[in-house]
Amino acid sequence: MTFNELLQKASEIKGSATDHRYKLAVLGNFATQFLVKALEASGLINGIELSVYEAGYDQIENEIINPASEIYTFSPDSILVCYSSRKLRSKFYELGEDQKSNFAGEFLNKVEELTEIIGSRLSSKILFCNIEELNDNVFGNFSSSTRLSFLNQARRLNVGLMDLAERKANLFIVDVQDLLVQQGQAAAWSPSLYINADLVYSLDFTVVIVNQVVKIIQTLLGKFKKCLILDLDNTLWGGIIGDDGMEGIEIGSLGIGKAFTDFQKWVKALMRRGIILAVCSKNEEVTAKDAFRKHPEMVLRLDDFAVFIANWNNKADNIREIKEILNIGFDSMVFIDDNPVEREIVSTTIPEIMVPDLPDDPAEYLQFLISLNMFETVSYSGNDAARTKQYQEESKRRMFSNQFTDVTAFLDKLEMKSLVRKFTPFDVQRVSQLSQRSNQFNLRTVRYTASDIERIMNSSEHLHLVAYLEDSFGDYGLISFVILEKQGADSLFIDSWVMSCRVANRGLEKFLLNQIVAEAKKMDCRQLIGEYIPSKKNMPVVDHYKKMGFMEENGKWLLELDDFVPLETSIKAKEESLRE
Amino acid sequence: MDKENILKDIETIFRSVLNKDSISLAFDSSANDVEGWDSITHIMLVVEIEKKFKVRFKAREIQGWQTIGDIVNSLAK
Repeated sequence: MTFNELLQKASEIKGSATDHRYKLAVLGNFATQFLVKALEASGLINGIELSVYEAGYDQIENEIINPASEIYTFSPDSILVCYSSRKLRSKFYELGEDQKSNFAGEFLNKVEELTEIIGSRLSSKILFCNIEELNDNVFGNFSSSTRLSFLNQARRLNVGLMDLAERKANLFIVDVQDLLVQQGQAAAWSPSLYINADLVYSLDFTVVIVNQVVKIIQTLLGKFKKCLILDLDNTLWGGIIGDDGMEGIEIGSLGIGKAFTDFQKWVKALMRRGIILAVCSKNEEVTAKDAFRKHPEMVLRLDDFAVFIANWNNKADNIREIKEILNIGFDSMVFIDDNPVEREIVSTTIPEIMVPDLPDDPAEYLQFLISLNMFETVSYSGNDAARTKQYQEESKRRMFSNQFTDVTAFLDKLEMKSLVRKFTPFDVQRVSQLSQRSNQFNLRTVRYTASDIERIMNSSEHLHLVAYLEDSFGDYGLISFVILEKQGADSLFIDSWVMSCRVANRGLEKFLLNQIVAEAKKMDCRQLIGEYIPSKKNMPVVDHYKKMGFMEENGKWLLELDDFVPLETSIKAKEESLRE
Repeated sequence: MDKENILKDIETIFRSVLNKDSISLAFDSSANDVEGWDSITHIMLVVEIEKKFKVRFKAREIQGWQTIGDIVNSLAK
């Protein structure tokens, strides 16, 4: 039955006798007028004359806590409480990591408290809508593995509501999430094909599922998106800032600004997850930057972007420059622009980059981009959130390095300190992630999951080391690791040697080799065996072992430890106690 | 819609699903006459025919089909 049919049917029987009269209060964190209209009509059709009290917009908590509020004079038979998942998500985005991971718990505490307050003042039943389990795809399928994702919290919240309903006799759940699933069933399942051929998913829904499976596999293989490049005018806000001025652009309360605000909140959530943001816009740089510095309703701020390019050059050229600065592959970038002509130029010039065909209506941007699940991941660590800051430090380093002609003098001035130690539980996520993300400085391109790393950490057959690096500009964090496995009586085979390309040419690999040798000697080993397996992207390390003094023999690289002389570097050792 | 036209449309779907342009269907064609028409492709054919004609076949209907003519009759109802 459509909304209109419901209202018409109700108006036909209006005035006729009803079996029951019932008082209902409606409390929502969104505009509830349509809900109320439909409730009255549906009640009437089913023989109940509903007398409805509608609380003010987004007044759920106030209405219940304040003993003087109207709900208590109205004294309803039932109170309908509806929280919109979308509105909750919008608030969720503004929370810090600790609050995010305890979002459902806090919410449920509040619901329990509100239930008790109502119970102490009224005998009303509480009809509580559970929430739509919306995935914003900030973490993709990895949402299930991290409490920092909204979907993860939404599900916990719904499970918690079940527990609460089991305990509280006056609490009844309206299963909104189930209604959503039932609507989805129509597209995902066909009863006749299930009966005839045991088809549990419709053929077309099968496509949707396998695409996600393949996406997870791709991500496990190290192929995923790391960077989001954004246009500004009519992409991050409505209007053209050069023409309309800062006061005239649509964001927040102006025009259809809500669409852009929601979009920016999502982009910010991606940034906090570790996606690097860059701007590529045709604008005057000062005008464009001022919007992020000064506009009171701008969600994104200037320091959320690792690279900011606003000029009148060809966008493909600008994106090449962004690639140079970030030192990542085009295939790990997404470019978002409302202008089909710009999209066409970029996608034909740089075919590897992903350029989604944004819908015409900005109101559709967000749902469309979410549906693409562009930022699937198989890991998350606290380091990810700091990535933008690290890229900003890197651009400062670049400017500093331009003052030097002599490399060694530059390296000495950086005052680098490194901590090298065996894997600890603290390193597991980050090591796994580094193995998945690093393509250039990766000698054998072995990808490890967190459970692989845990297994290696507890194996007596392995030598494993991580390296942290910091310098006068900032802290790189964990940026390199090696995994070696015993081979024969006194040899160690280098199963993996991985380093983030952000610290290329700093001499860290030499510093690490010195440590490897020292540890290997402690294990009574006399030889290291290295191997280079070429991939599409690891050309930069083709001569790595040669440069480190290894000798080639039958396709492998050997280093005799007895002859080894420690290599010179500009890096000083850092004591563990200082870091923890 | 007359049965000849329905037959033509079904033929087009068979050619596309079974990936063979040489398929030619008659009302009395059965699974034995059409190479590649097996229990798996049958389901794919049903789904495509439902989409093309914007119908949902009943479970019993699908089980009763022996020939192309039976499918045409279901659609011509």
